Amino acid sequence: MLDRNDPSFWSDLFQTILQGAGETLYTVGFSLLFTVIFGLAAGVVLVTTETGGLLAKPFGSRTLGIVINKLLDLLVNVGRSIPFIILMILLIPFTRMLVGSFIGPTAAIVPLTIAGIPFFARLVEIGIREVPVGLIEAAESLGATRWTILAKVMVAEAVPALALGLSTTIVGLIGYSAMVGAVGGGGLGDVAFRYGYQRYSPEYMFAVVILLIVFVQLFQSLGNFAARRLSHR
Amino acid sequence: MISVDRISKSYGSGENVVHALDNVSLNIAKGEIFGVVGQSGAGKSTLIRTINSLERPDSGTVTVDGQNMNLLQGAQLRSARHNIGMIFQHFNLLSSRTVQSNVELSLEITGMDRGARRKRAAEILDLVGLSGKATAYPAQLSGGQKQRVGIARALASKPSVLLSDEATSALDPETTQQILDLIRQLSRELGLTVLLITHEMDVVKRICDSAAVMSQGRILEQGTVEGLLTTEKSLLGQALFPLGEIPLNGNTIIEITFNGVTTDRPVIAQLARTYNIDVGILGAAIETVHGHQTGRTRLELPGSAETVAAAIADLRGQGLFVEVIGC
Ligand SMILES: Nc1ncnc2c1ncn2[C@@H]1O[C@H](COP(=O)(O)OP(=O)(O)O)[C@@H](O)[C@H]1O
Ligand SMILES: [Mg+2]
Repeated sequence: MLDRNDPSFWSDLFQTILQGAGETLYTVGFSLLFTVIFGLAAGVVLVTTETGGLLAKPFGSRTLGIVINKLLDLLVNVGRSIPFIILMILLIPFTRMLVGSFIGPTAAIVPLTIAGIPFFARLVEIGIREVPVGLIEAAESLGATRWTILAKVMVAEAVPALALGLSTTIVGLIGYSAMVGAVGGGGLGDVAFRYGYQRYSPEYMFAVVILLIVFVQLFQSLGNFAARRLSHR
Repeated sequence: MISVDRISKSYGSGENVVHALDNVSLNIAKGEIFGVVGQSGAGKSTLIRTINSLERPDSGTVTVDGQNMNLLQGAQLRSARHNIGMIFQHFNLLSSRTVQSNVELSLEITGMDRGARRKRAAEILDLVGLSGKATAYPAQLSGGQKQRVGIARALASKPSVLLSDEATSALDPETTQQILDLIRQLSRELGLTVLLITHEMDVVKRICDSAAVMSQGRILEQGTVEGLLTTEKSLLGQALFPLGEIPLNGNTIIEITFNGVTTDRPVIAQLARTYNIDVGILGAAIETVHGHQTGRTRLELPGSAETVAAAIADLRGQGLFVEVIGC
């Protein structure tokens, strides 16, 4: 049990929480980066490999298009249906192979990214699906290439929805990061587990909770604000 | 300029097969405004979409500016499309881009550099009367203004063909008139060939040189608008100048079609005087069809068969198109 009358109690708490918050932001930041890159790609491919889509026939083969679409859809569903705590354990060998260890903030990036990709991919898919087909047709009638249509019409028009999806994803990743933290991933989850749970300190627990609430509020509001600013509908 | 030769296109199979286009042929001369009218589901959109190969016909050929559109693929198709602008019922503007930037999209696609794009976009926005709105977003514009942006985008790359798929169907009558006037003016100034499809007969009357009437995937009649009006039992003529039911009371009923030359003369008064018949006017519809006074009048001619026959012969002698529709 920690002694809150110890003269260094509050400065220790401050130090620990600060380091935990830094680790959480580091882990979430990098997993977000990879999640966005791969999730965006996966979401775009999911929409465009459907019947009549821009990539319905990759390399001229509809069969290949169907295979890619179904496979990706399955992967996304599987990724989204495995509870995170189990996914994390399942991924231990993979993480160790990739990072060399499964302990610490860097190792935590791996399961977070793997969980984030299918989550964000679905949100991207939904966002892009909402772009009216008429816009795609208009671009086709102007003689646009598939790439131009993807980048300048489908993704560009979905940007407000993507901003919202992004903030939802960040919030999800912060939650997951606390779980990874508790099993050795560092960050605020680790602080809450070691000080709050193992050493019964309500101050530490409280500080972690407050900070997590602040993070979630902050990113959600940022996302909402960005979506509003970016939308000209 | 545009030649459509016996194209067919069906959707679905078995019992659910829909013949959206059934052996359709059209010829549209350079600089002409050609209208296709028909009810919803007639196959008009399918037809116009084969012109720029958004849709490929099952059989038959589409030729635009000497190029067989069916055979074009990839880069060749895209560059052919730079020569064919298209406007839509719901405008299809990018909500994420300003007016200027929407127009520039068309030029980004043709690979024009930034400076030249700016200049060209400003030029074309001026032409459609929207220079003041360059930095507005589509959501801030009225329907008519949105369609002007649509027209500017379609014409930015200096195409020689403009396709219009119900471009005025979402607009009120006054705005419709303004947009039609703009299309007509631009087609004259730029030498554009225009194919426009619509379910409103009025649109054809206002701006088309030639027209076709379509139903269930087939062309029922086609020709110049004036020609169609003076064709016996023309659907277009009857639709443009509806005169109602024909009363059957034993008297001879005739319909006279006027064109630009004859509307100024007091034809009916003269007829009554010369043959001493009490000419009854049962219905009349006179309209200005792109600049010419055109119309139909339904007359009742009481009197002996000889007098009536002589009167009709006289009218025909004056170059009028006379149809006996009841006696
Ligand atoms: N992609 C499609 N799939 C199935 N049926 C279609 C498709 N496009 C058009 N059709 C059918 O073809 C017919 C003609 O449609 P369309 O050309 O849109 O008519 P219009 O533009 O004259 O209203 C309609 O019966 C319509 O349901
Ligand atoms: Mg239509």
